[in-house]
Amino acid sequence: MRPFSFQKPGSVEEAVAVVEPMGVAGQGGAFHAGGTTVIDLMKLHVLQPPSLTDLGGVLERGIEEGEDGTLRVGAGTTMAEAAEHPAFLRAPVLSEALWKAASAQLRNVATLGGNLLQRTRCPYFRDNVSACNKREPGSGCAAKDGINRLLAVLGTSESCIANYPGDWANALILFDAVLETRSGGGGREIAFGDLHVPPGEDPARETILGDDELITAIRLSVPEWASRSVYTKVRDRDSYAFALTSAAVALDLDGDTVREARLAIGGAATVPWRAREVEDWLAGRELTEDVAVEAGRRAFAGARGWGENDFKIPLGRDTVARGLMEAKAMTPRNSGDSQ
Amino acid sequence: MATDPRSAPPDLGISRRSLLKGTAASGASAFGAFQAGAQEAEAVPAGGPEVEVEITINGRPERFTLDARTTLLDLLRERLDLTGTKVGCNHGQCGACTVLVDGTRINSCLRLAATLDGAEVTTIEGLAEAGEMHPMQQAFIDNDGFQCGYCTPGQIMSAVGCVTEGHAGSEAEIREYMSGNLCRCGAYKGIVAAVVQARDETEARGAS
Repeated sequence: MRPFSFQKPGSVEEAVAVVEPMGVAGQGGAFHAGGTTVIDLMKLHVLQPPSLTDLGGVLERGIEEGEDGTLRVGAGTTMAEAAEHPAFLRAPVLSEALWKAASAQLRNVATLGGNLLQRTRCPYFRDNVSACNKREPGSGCAAKDGINRLLAVLGTSESCIANYPGDWANALILFDAVLETRSGGGGREIAFGDLHVPPGEDPARETILGDDELITAIRLSVPEWASRSVYTKVRDRDSYAFALTSAAVALDLDGDTVREARLAIGGAATVPWRAREVEDWLAGRELTEDVAVEAGRRAFAGARGWGENDFKIPLGRDTVARGLMEAKAMTPRNSGDSQ
Repeated sequence: MATDPRSAPPDLGISRRSLLKGTAASGASAFGAFQAGAQEAEAVPAGGPEVEVEITINGRPERFTLDARTTLLDLLRERLDLTGTKVGCNHGQCGACTVLVDGTRINSCLRLAATLDGAEVTTIEGLAEAGEMHPMQQAFIDNDGFQCGYCTPGQIMSAVGCVTEGHAGSEAEIREYMSGNLCRCGAYKGIVAAVVQARDETEARGAS
């Protein structure tokens, strides 16, 4: 790691006042919560912040349950705490996407706010040497013709094919989440679906957050019927691996007929990827295996492979189909309305 | 008079530890993807901004003035010579550096010591009580839960956390919740059996 100064503010207000904005090139200061991404990337010299602003003890921690399935989640809540919270267990996709991610040691320290902002695992971003428009704007993208087996097939551009590596964001995006943020300029709310920006021509800009802006809480609304939900994660080994492809699914069924479906795709896209067109197509249909397979086909209709990762398109289709059928086979908690 | 094989080796003016330090650089290149991590563990150049923290390690509170870059792993090994905690990947991927912080298992390689003011750290050296091995240590011996032993301190600390967290309910659950600790020798069968044994003993002690 390069030398840095360590700042320990006493409050969120103080934290956003003292942080030296990181900037897209990563040359400013950085916030530090669980540190599992930031310290990793600092050891690789991909990030070289002159100062770290530690958020330990100042971020809100815990989950509050409101009326009608609304939840307010402190950004400092750890992945491990959240995975076992009763409110998340009632909508299994929210819990499953957490405990199927990382390792127990990492989940014990990684925060939910930081989890949403974890950086890509693209090897060319992490090696600090190769052409990478995300790390060094204008340098090109070595991944397009390189080792891209793990990278994205949805939402890519000629500038960048790095995938968003996280799992929980794909579950969160199903529930119309809102982020509460704080910066030197005050507080605001951001629809979670707007947080991440597809790479386009400027892959260094990953989110709409300002340089000194901090996620402080996450609000979401979880319908009762989301007790029928799954996070289907396909990976190279059974545990402790990033998704090759994944599907976050929540289903409201009337018998075998879909009243409402919610679907997001992970592992294969540049940003958390909600498949709204597929959700609309599913509504009103009887959910048979053929329909699930067609939903998978539609979810990847716009996909583009880059060589080594071509397999993610058929695998992703199957993952969606499997997720839908797994959700259908579940017995929801309150099964009175769906036999 | 025959030499007792159990007696101390002759003093050659070089300890096992300094010998290892001397050979680390030449061995590092064999680790491929882990190379950057292996080198980094030895390289904390002087001159960075400092922080002051008080940390209780294995029951002993101590004040430290540290380069802000110092990880808990660096502090344990380089400053305190508590070398039971191992450097593996140095990037949170292998679990060899697992310790307990305030009773919770974490990767010490990714944790800045600067964040631990007031914290209580338990390492493998602090697990035994009154000279008696922790049930998890005994269980690893009883079940052959290791071969070369390099990952073992991390495995044992992680296993203690796994049982405390209540995630040792079945062999499948143990495998899932111990997946952050890699064993290149492949001693997983013995490791799972050890966790089962220690879990049962811990529960029996708690019930009595």
